[in-house]
Amino acid sequence: MRCATFSIRRSAGVADMALLILRRLVQTALILLGVAAITFLLLYALPADPARMIAGRSATAQTVANIRRELGLDQPLLVQFWAYLQGIVQGDLGRSYAQKTDVGSLIAARIPATLVLMAAGILVEVLLGLTFGIIAALRRGGAVDRVVMMASFVGVSAPQFVVALLLLYVFAVTLGWFPMSGFGTPAHVVLPAATLGILGAGWYARMVRSAMIDVLNQDYVRTARAKGLSSARIILRHALPNAMLPIIAMIGIDIGQFMGGVVVVEAVYGWPGIGQLAWQAIQQVDIPIIMGVTLVSALAIVLGNLVADIIAPLIDPRIRAR
Amino acid sequence: MRVLKAMLRQPAALFGLIVVVVVVAMAIAAPLIAPYSPDNQMFDGLTLEGAPMPPSDQFLLGTDTLGRDLFSRLLFGARTSLVIGLVANGIAVAIGLFIGILSGYLRGFVGGLLMRFTDLMMAFPALLLAIVLAALLRPSLWIVAMVIALVNWVQVARIVYTETRGLVERDFILAERSLGAGHFRILFMHILPHLMPTAIVWGTLGIATTVLLEATLSFLGIGVQPPQPSWGNIIFESQSYFQAAPWLVFFPGAIILLTALSFNLVGDALRDILDPTQRGRG
Repeated sequence: MRCATFSIRRSAGVADMALLILRRLVQTALILLGVAAITFLLLYALPADPARMIAGRSATAQTVANIRRELGLDQPLLVQFWAYLQGIVQGDLGRSYAQKTDVGSLIAARIPATLVLMAAGILVEVLLGLTFGIIAALRRGGAVDRVVMMASFVGVSAPQFVVALLLLYVFAVTLGWFPMSGFGTPAHVVLPAATLGILGAGWYARMVRSAMIDVLNQDYVRTARAKGLSSARIILRHALPNAMLPIIAMIGIDIGQFMGGVVVVEAVYGWPGIGQLAWQAIQQVDIPIIMGVTLVSALAIVLGNLVADIIAPLIDPRIRAR
Repeated sequence: MRVLKAMLRQPAALFGLIVVVVVVAMAIAAPLIAPYSPDNQMFDGLTLEGAPMPPSDQFLLGTDTLGRDLFSRLLFGARTSLVIGLVANGIAVAIGLFIGILSGYLRGFVGGLLMRFTDLMMAFPALLLAIVLAALLRPSLWIVAMVIALVNWVQVARIVYTETRGLVERDFILAERSLGAGHFRILFMHILPHLMPTAIVWGTLGIATTVLLEATLSFLGIGVQPPQPSWGNIIFESQSYFQAAPWLVFFPGAIILLTALSFNLVGDALRDILDPTQRGRG
């Protein structure tokens, strides 16, 4: 009998989970539709005329009209939007004005480099944030604690491009420890990843600190301490897992910050990712590429939040129960 | 007065306040303080080889690649950056308040629609959206301010929405309503005053974000256009020279950092003082 209620409750939990995930998936799909609508409107409602951009300055009115018909720009707005949506679903993000090639494949070719950079950046941020956040929580009011609080403010106040140039100047130009720019070896990734990670690390450490302080005041931690467990074991086995929730949510939010940051960081370090692609497109006013990168970034942000939301109940049963 | 006293007691906030006052004062008094005209390409401002001059007695912070005095350019750049900071952030806070109050007060279909739109805007990285808008429109001082306002109102709207929803439930609003007060009166006479602390806090914190965003856009070449100096485009103009003349990047960089940091410190202290229930951002 006990066994039966247990299994019923358990399957209800799974059903709840499935429902939760389904609801978030539907929400995500709606948000993505909205994102597509906004990029579409920006692309077609703003003063820059795509047909004229493609035709170039010296084109005749006839050429421009032809291109307009070819692109379907003479169609009603809703028809155009439908075609745009169909294109996106098939990975067709339009054609670059300057490079005369498919934006989707240009972006796809750059995504791996950006993923490497972002993963390395998140790694830097999480490692620094966890280490200093835990130390700050354990030694409240101490030197590390004060540095963390200050660093969290400096981190959100520092212009990313200046930090990028500073690291470049100190570690590449003056000390020569790392290459100036480029891509390929592990040494190339250090400075750009550090630029992305360092600034967020302060705020991250602050989040970890407050989450840890909450957990360290719980009764079960006191029990563990009374049992005579070593403090390393208490922190790693008992406190940290329970402090993970805000930390994971933070990574989800951070992806958004990073997607903007890669434009600056990749431009400074010559990292061949989608940020650099966007930066080059800015100089040439190549709007389809800028739009494509924006769309892909928004997708990354929405998916990042979705994954964070799905992971949260998996690691914390309290959320599942709600 | 109470707020000022409380702020003077916190060393970090005091530091921020002093820097903010100094930067604002220097920006206002720029024509009086600046040793040279910011646009004057001086004959003796370049070395014989045509390279920028390092900091010296004659040129306090050195000269830039065109032989202009960096200190003077930074002073006038402060005007540009702060004007954008105030205008763009003012607009952003106003839009955020408007959307937040409406969606929190109306709820129902319109309120829901407004909030979904706000959520949607949150899916875009602010910097990228600003880049798109700035690249599409011809950048000028006011366009840059508008672009920044259009991407920065979202966070304010979210917070104001949450607070308005809490306020609407309170008894004094119910009492007011039962006395026959109209929507307009409730919104402007009773809800808005309660949101002032939030508006003040975000009006300060947001300036830091705005100054950084302006600097970043200008650094990418789609912000304030040279020759009008802004902290971001001073770095933009000299970045290719930065190995030979690092001061051209790091003096403006340090000033951007110091200014943004100070506005953040002041804003954070204001939040603690004005609203003790909502400490820490995260």
